[in-house]
Amino acid sequence: MSITIAVTLDLKGLSCPMPIIKTAKAMKTLAPGELLEAYATDPGSVPDFQAWAKTTGNPLVESTQLGGVFHFILKKKEM
Amino acid sequence: MSVNTIEKPPLAQLAEQPAEKKAEQAEKLVIFAWSGELDKIWPTLILATTGAAMGKETTVFFTFWGLFPLVKNQVRITGENWMQKMLSTMNRGGDQHLKLSKMNFAGAGPAMMSHLAKEHHVASPHELMEAAKEMGVHLIPCQMTMDLLGLKREDLIDGLEEPAGATTALAEAQGAITLFI
Repeated sequence: MSITIAVTLDLKGLSCPMPIIKTAKAMKTLAPGELLEAYATDPGSVPDFQAWAKTTGNPLVESTQLGGVFHFILKKKEM
Repeated sequence: MSVNTIEKPPLAQLAEQPAEKKAEQAEKLVIFAWSGELDKIWPTLILATTGAAMGKETTVFFTFWGLFPLVKNQVRITGENWMQKMLSTMNRGGDQHLKLSKMNFAGAGPAMMSHLAKEHHVASPHELMEAAKEMGVHLIPCQMTMDLLGLKREDLIDGLEEPAGATTALAEAQGAITLFI
């Protein structure tokens, strides 16, 4: 089964709180069940994406690191 | 009683408590922005935009020195009498004229801080204020302090809500996370 990403965000270079602000904004455009991926370089975004997912109820499907870049996949929660 | 007979606290139960508390998290965030300095208004706006991003109904109530960052940058002297005019002369409003609460060095401190922020791609208070408006953060100036300090609605930036009083702020703060910065 292939995974389709609805939105890809490039948040590289941005510092707190902009990665989360931009992600929250983009997540609003998604339909329930759709996926968003984001690339960030702020190390603080790793715990922040986790915390955001937990408080908003949108699951953080993936949180990985390649080189100095963090990769996140969020799933829009079912209404 | 010997040490051996002391009953151990029900660890499993203790571990469950914080999880239950998290479930009933506050849906609202209210920040009382009392200070006008760069190093206070900056975290205020960072927390406000983040609160909105987390889906919380977010309000910032600007009062006392906290009102001056809301003054339009091009507005110079505000107030009607000499005391209010002197106040605005000594304490220029606008988000481009903010001072640091320490190491201000006659404006060199904020200039260096802005330079560092740009280097590290940290959003400026101005950018964060615009983001806050876009995200629907309620930005409420305190009517009483506006009258006291001689600030009129037209002296302040666009995108704010109607000036209100302490009752509005406290009513909004019911059941919310509240911060006084």
